[in-house]
Amino acid sequence: MELTTVWFILIAVLWTGYFVLEGFDFGVGMLMPVLGRGEQGEARKRVLLNTIGPVWDGNEVWLLTAGGATFAAFPHWYATMFSGLYLPLLIILVALIIRALGFDYRSKVDDPTWRKCWDIAIFVGSALPALLWGVALTNVVRGLPINGDKQFTGNLFTLLNPVGLLGGVTTVALFLTHGAIFIALKTEGDVRHEARRLAVKVGAVAAVLAVALLVTINVSTGSAASWIASVVAAIALLAGLFAASRDREGWAFVGTFVAIAAAVATLFLALFPDVMPSTTNAAWSLTTTNASSTAYTLKIMTWVAAIFTPLVLVYTSWTYWTFRKRIGTQHIPSTSASIPATGVGPPR
Amino acid sequence: MGAVDIARWQFAITTIYHFFFVPVTIGLSVIVAGFETTWVRHRNPEMLRLTKFFGKLFTINFALGLVTGIVQEFQFGMNWSDYSRFVGDIFGAPLAIEALLAFFLESTFLGLWIFGWDKLPPKLHAACMWLVALGTLLSAYFILVANSWMQHPVGYRFNPATGRAELTDFVAVLTNKVQLVTFPHTIAGAYMVGGALVMAVGLWHLRSPDVGHNASMYRRATRAGAWFTLVAALAVMVSGDLQGKIMTQVQPMKMASAEALYTSEASNAPFSLLTIGSLDGSREKFAVKVPNLLSFLATGRFDGPVKGINELKAAYQKQYGADPKARVFADSYTPTIPLTYWTFRLMIGLGMVGALIAIAVLWSTRRDRIPRHRLWFWAVLTTPLLPLLANSFGWIFTETGRQPWLVFGVMTTSSGVSPDVSAAEVWTSLITLTLLYAGLAVIETKLLLRAIVAGAPEFEEPVDPADRDENAPLVFAY
Repeated sequence: MELTTVWFILIAVLWTGYFVLEGFDFGVGMLMPVLGRGEQGEARKRVLLNTIGPVWDGNEVWLLTAGGATFAAFPHWYATMFSGLYLPLLIILVALIIRALGFDYRSKVDDPTWRKCWDIAIFVGSALPALLWGVALTNVVRGLPINGDKQFTGNLFTLLNPVGLLGGVTTVALFLTHGAIFIALKTEGDVRHEARRLAVKVGAVAAVLAVALLVTINVSTGSAASWIASVVAAIALLAGLFAASRDREGWAFVGTFVAIAAAVATLFLALFPDVMPSTTNAAWSLTTTNASSTAYTLKIMTWVAAIFTPLVLVYTSWTYWTFRKRIGTQHIPSTSASIPATGVGPPR
Repeated sequence: MGAVDIARWQFAITTIYHFFFVPVTIGLSVIVAGFETTWVRHRNPEMLRLTKFFGKLFTINFALGLVTGIVQEFQFGMNWSDYSRFVGDIFGAPLAIEALLAFFLESTFLGLWIFGWDKLPPKLHAACMWLVALGTLLSAYFILVANSWMQHPVGYRFNPATGRAELTDFVAVLTNKVQLVTFPHTIAGAYMVGGALVMAVGLWHLRSPDVGHNASMYRRATRAGAWFTLVAALAVMVSGDLQGKIMTQVQPMKMASAEALYTSEASNAPFSLLTIGSLDGSREKFAVKVPNLLSFLATGRFDGPVKGINELKAAYQKQYGADPKARVFADSYTPTIPLTYWTFRLMIGLGMVGALIAIAVLWSTRRDRIPRHRLWFWAVLTTPLLPLLANSFGWIFTETGRQPWLVFGVMTTSSGVSPDVSAAEVWTSLITLTLLYAGLAVIETKLLLRAIVAGAPEFEEPVDPADRDENAPLVFAY
């Protein structure tokens, strides 16, 4: 296989890793206001936060690696996409910033207003990227106005077309489902059962949206392989929802995990061998060949990826294993200071 | 301002801001790991308390370093897409490797460290922080590989067919001679910041009237921080000296700009500590000069020759053309001299004051002494900022001193900007990010001060992970 194809696959894998992992923590963030309500609201919110506490940061690194790998392997793809999707990416950056700080800072000060502000940051910071990544990726696959100099010639409104928006709503619905099932898998008590019931309802909507999106994409630019991936996605999602309705949360999570991975695979299979199709003139499309780095750079990067990716997967899996236990409200320490015990008080 | 200038302002603001958090992360990670290892070995409760205390400051700081780092990785493509196209074959690889080797390591093991107090055996828990510290070093190495290539491009060829720079020797890029001196200099500078922070925080508590039984603990922190600062300062000086000589070889204009030296000196060039008057070469009203020092900084010999701006400018015009792009070369290959002149001095000066304070702290805390004089209050307040600002000024110097080049001798800054991004778009992102960053600076400072004032948590005997009650509250939770 050509190295450019290898790297196309690797970048698809990195984006897939990003969406299946950060997908559930986007979902958890969006579900905070819904599942964190009621009498025990504050404790429940903290249960939700702590399900993703040790892992969300590692999940986000998949995005950074996908970005870096695109830069290294396909500089033109990186340059055209990141400058072309300028404003959506700016919004995503702001969202990711306030969300991450929300996770980290929310419980550092015991003050309701402080927590309320970060709750909003976490919700908005999870919902906007969940929506905009769907819009962005769908538009990339469908094609954008790109001129002969590989430059994007559209604007923000070019992206806000019906199919692009369908893509965004679909990722939101999928991540909500994925997040709800993750919560059901990682918590105990009322939160767990509510999350599972919610997952089945939202999941049904997600299934309809996902089918509409994937069929639309396959009809316009699909191949046999992308159709197969879509079928896998649909079956996995339905199987996952069925498992959720039978209280089998582990299998349900496998279902949404595979569904999102197969949906992302559909998009990349439909994209190949282009990386940024041009709607202005097909001859101006960026492809795995005309957007790539030299064979020498790709060879070095292949060695680096071959050696270090397995290592990353090993210690990432170990982290998930270390924090495998379910969390309930009884596990939430009463003190909100991040490091337990009382300080020595300020000198007067 | 055109799109180029706005994009430059944005890069300057976001990068300088990002680099307030980076040195603290690099410096504190090893110190916290050191405290924890001492605890694991000697079971001294004070060391566990210090580990948790500075660990908390570390995590507050790390969060902002992380989120502002994402902006860094995106904005090459967003604002500098023609640069990304031109250098991606070389520059992208270290960025991708940094993410794969360093970012995963840092974030995964920091997550384990923060949430793993009741899940991991003590040795393994301490090892997690060492891995975070290793991650910070790997991260620094690869991003500096990328920066050093911009300062001194090696291991590549220009391919006229594709119109871009292409990698020919990756090992040469990894072992760029600029990189080999920049990496130790940057790390040592970051360690100074971490040491100074620990020293200042320790000293503040030590001098507090309420310190009581905590005095010995804060004395340990103060003195450990001071020693760390001092050793790092020595490493900064040695590596900085080596770096100056390499810089003189590869970018003589930068050394000339550092001194605002217009006319070449055949030998024994003096170094001015400060200049009052103009730095445009016309006249100086007053300057304090150290004889022969510039010659030594640039060449390693007190009688070495140093080329001046005028001679270098003429040579560059001959080599690269008189005025290929009028706007860029309006200043004809000369950086903004007052900026390079003063940032160079501030970098060295603030760093040296930081080191002197560390010596003073070691002296005045010897045996059981507690420094009581009121002046110490101000020293405590400013100490962590001195090396931190020295770091910033060093970077402002080295980046603005390379101008008008983006990649030295190969690509100008103005030709790297994104052609398809409008000035309005760059303004939008510049204003958005600046306002956001300003707000976050307030929040971050408040949180850090609050955590510092709260002091080290009381000692609690850790429970063996194997003996924990299933329903016991988590030792750490968001």
